[in-house]
Amino acid sequence: MSGHNGKVGRAHRIPLPTLAVATFVLVTLALALVFFVAPNDADQGFRQRIFYFHVSIAFTSYLCFGAGAWKALRHLWKRDPHADLESYVAVHQGVIFGALVLLTGTIWAKTSWGHWWVWSEDQLVLFLVLFLFYAAYFMLRYSVDPGPQRANMSAVYALFGVVLVPVSFMAIRLSQRLIHPQVFTRHGANFGGWILVTYLVAQAAVLVLAYTLYRVELTGKLIDARLRELRLA
Amino acid sequence: MTYVADVSALARKDLLLELRAKDTLPSMLLFVVSVFVVFHFSLPSGSSDVAASGLLWVAIIFTALLALGRAFVPEREQHVLDALVLAPCDRSAIWLAKSIATFAFLAAAEVVALPVFALFFEPVSGPMLAGVALADVGICAVGTFVGATAVATRARELLLPLLFLPLAIPLVIGGVGASVATDPARYLGFLGLYDLLFALLCWAAFEYVVVE
Repeated sequence: MSGHNGKVGRAHRIPLPTLAVATFVLVTLALALVFFVAPNDADQGFRQRIFYFHVSIAFTSYLCFGAGAWKALRHLWKRDPHADLESYVAVHQGVIFGALVLLTGTIWAKTSWGHWWVWSEDQLVLFLVLFLFYAAYFMLRYSVDPGPQRANMSAVYALFGVVLVPVSFMAIRLSQRLIHPQVFTRHGANFGGWILVTYLVAQAAVLVLAYTLYRVELTGKLIDARLRELRLA
Repeated sequence: MTYVADVSALARKDLLLELRAKDTLPSMLLFVVSVFVVFHFSLPSGSSDVAASGLLWVAIIFTALLALGRAFVPEREQHVLDALVLAPCDRSAIWLAKSIATFAFLAAAEVVALPVFALFFEPVSGPMLAGVALADVGICAVGTFVGATAVATRARELLLPLLFLPLAIPLVIGGVGASVATDPARYLGFLGLYDLLFALLCWAAFEYVVVE
């Protein structure tokens, strides 16, 4: 890692304290909307409210994996010196949010259908596959010494991930026909008004939260690398 | 044309090594037959034939893992990979040749394994055979790639199944679908798509795994 001081500040267009305040405000607002404003679902009642978290976390997780792959591509293509670390941090956040998807998904499955795990829920199964895949990404990354080869391998593997997402999704959809003929429909036809507003605010809150965490981790890692450089110097 | 010559020379080298040393294929054959016997006793009596054709796919994946774990061992032990990277040939030729050789081993193992499966469990249907052939292409393309990745790490053989199995899940879904579904064409099409996508990706990305 040959980070230079001038480069450390490159990605920092919005200062971290601003991001932290924005996260706090948005998350509070989202919680208020989810619990006090959004109407109860006609079928599922109060417990349907986990949908606002579950879906926005899932979307955020996809976005993190996408960002990780984009940075990986930047690394391989443009040899951007920070892209490897950025890719790793994005994938790391993606895995954290992916674990949350599995957690909220199982809670929702238990309250709605009475089982902790439902194989017929496409998203849940896809996230399990992705979780296994990206867990192996960490195994790979920590099994190679830091250096250009590790950066290349991690980048290629992160790119495999974005191809695996649609392919696995197709495969899981195909397998549903085979194993479970019926597919649960997630939300009713009335997806508007306060439901939409609440969802959008919750989505924005989780996205800003993820971006803040990404920036905090990245800054920490960069400072760490810089410190190590100074010690060696 | 030199590309084809490079690939065929490298693949011939692997096949010749196997022909002389007989390292991989006999162990694959013994393994797959042992797995079938284990399966017979792990299936409770009265379980359906559908379960058996699912187990065939487990056997294929694990037999392939056995071959893939061995695939880059000669390269690693004799430091051949360093020499190959230095050689004036396209790096993707190394991947393609190794995939072809692994495909040959896997196909040879299946030539024995499928009749044994038919003998022990249930007859092998045409779509199942097509599914096995298509899945083999994907298994060898992706497996060779992650095999090359795994040998470059400290964990080596330990890492290979961890890297390979999540990538192989779509292949298993497609393969099982082709074996048991009433409309296998959809699943065969999916397997073909998987092969195409991942073969292209591996072909394009292999250079980054072997070059520092």
